[in-house]
Amino acid sequence: METRAALLFISPWIVGFLVFTAWPVINSAYLSLTDYDVINDPNYVGFDNYVQLFEDPKVGLALWNTFVFSVLSVPTHLVVALGLALLLNSASKATGFFRTAFFLPKMTPPVAIGILLLLLFNGQNGLINAFLGLFGIDGPAWTTDPDWVKPGLVLMNLWTVGSSVVIILAALRGVPQELYDSALVDGAGWWKRLFRITVPMISPTLFFLFIVDTINALQSFTEAYTAFFGAGNTTYSNDAALFYAIYLFQQAFEFLHMGYASALAWLLFIVIMAITAVQIVVTRRFVHYEGGNP
Amino acid sequence: MRRAAKIATWVALGAFTIAFIYPFIWLLSASFKPRSEVFDNRIIPETFTLENYIRVWHEAPLGLWMANTLLVTVLAAVAVTITSAMVAWGFAYFRFPGRNFLFGIVLATMMLPGAVTMIPVFLIWNSLGAVGTLTPLWAQNLFGSAFYIFLLRQFFMGLPREPFEAAKIDGANNWKIFTRIALPLCKPAVVVTLLFEFQAAWTDLMRPLIYLRDSSTFTVPRGLKALLDQFGFGGEWHWEIVMTASVITTIPMIILFFLGQKHFIRGIATTGSKG
Repeated sequence: METRAALLFISPWIVGFLVFTAWPVINSAYLSLTDYDVINDPNYVGFDNYVQLFEDPKVGLALWNTFVFSVLSVPTHLVVALGLALLLNSASKATGFFRTAFFLPKMTPPVAIGILLLLLFNGQNGLINAFLGLFGIDGPAWTTDPDWVKPGLVLMNLWTVGSSVVIILAALRGVPQELYDSALVDGAGWWKRLFRITVPMISPTLFFLFIVDTINALQSFTEAYTAFFGAGNTTYSNDAALFYAIYLFQQAFEFLHMGYASALAWLLFIVIMAITAVQIVVTRRFVHYEGGNP
Repeated sequence: MRRAAKIATWVALGAFTIAFIYPFIWLLSASFKPRSEVFDNRIIPETFTLENYIRVWHEAPLGLWMANTLLVTVLAAVAVTITSAMVAWGFAYFRFPGRNFLFGIVLATMMLPGAVTMIPVFLIWNSLGAVGTLTPLWAQNLFGSAFYIFLLRQFFMGLPREPFEAAKIDGANNWKIFTRIALPLCKPAVVVTLLFEFQAAWTDLMRPLIYLRDSSTFTVPRGLKALLDQFGFGGEWHWEIVMTASVITTIPMIILFFLGQKHFIRGIATTGSKG
């Protein structure tokens, strides 16, 4: 009786799982072994697509771009978020106002962020270079120079750091004040309190953000696609911004190479799993859980 | 010394606030400038004009794009909230064989990159003849979503069991217990789900890129990308049109945030602590 009622309640998920997850996973694995252009029937080619992954220079380029972007973006994102959260936490008044100000950019649609990137980071008349000019710095051509495209994307990405700030701030508020009080009695300085108390106490949250941010960074698509790819865009198209998800999208929906794109998707899956596993193994020992490590 | 530290904190907070808010002001201000002045980086336009807003309305079927987006967004948010809450309640309240195993699968699906299922799901909608319509942008939400199921289940698990047992003794059936007691008690989490999905559906670009072909079916973000391709890259340099359309795309999300600020902040904060 109870089981029947429960199954009725979870039935939408069961149907959705079978139709939109389980079947697609099986079908994707099959398609990755075929040539398929949607119009003609899939043509079985064995592991040819997977062999091609290693011969296609754009796959290497896309992996490299995605890797460089993630390595630059995830740590800066985390450090800036922690810094801003500490700053907010130490202010006694008007934290609500500042928190709102920090969070607001997160509401901006990513396509508009891609456009803002083109405008603000424009090499000739963008706001960023105008600002750098105040200090006598001759800013680079962020949106056209292949060496500066990824740093530009990383900096633009920092604009939406607000949600991480909110998450870290909530964790900071949960650190017991007694710990700081006794540390002060012992004469511990600011840095010592930060690294001996604050960071260990909020390490589960930092660990969570580190993993989630990395997974998201490895799948980055919208901002870079908006700014550097798309119909009619040949002058601006920039291979330095060719992220893996963008190349996959192009193969699937612009060239209709559904089989090859499926193989690309499985490679991405393996790469994400491998990186996440390494992160978990390496960082776990630094994570402090109340009541012992699970 | 303490005083100096305090002043430094406030100066830093002020500087970061300006850095975060300035792009909005810059963009908004540019949308009121004539074409020749949009890149002059002034906050207050030298020449104030509403011309861009009138032109963008003529150049693009903005009203239609807004209506499309609103339809998709409302259907997506309402559908995913109702079904996710149902499923979450099923996992939270009932005890049945295989429950933990099935919920483990719910969690596991969150680890699967969207890229793996993207192509086969496209093929499903293609075989149903739905490519080119708005349906694929929201209909999958009729089957719940793992993240919201997880979020809502956490909330349901925190509720005391007594009111439900009492209602059961009074003869209320399971559906009534869910809709009359559980859902109202869980209102904050329901609101968070609605707001999160509203934002996700409104701002999505990838699915509209995959599924929409004709300009009359575009959502606002898809339309904004089309305007960028035409007026930004495509040889016709009219960045003022692109800027104005960006403002129009963003403003509904700013309004949404101020309407549900408390819920957004609390929702984001709990997402982190549950990791």
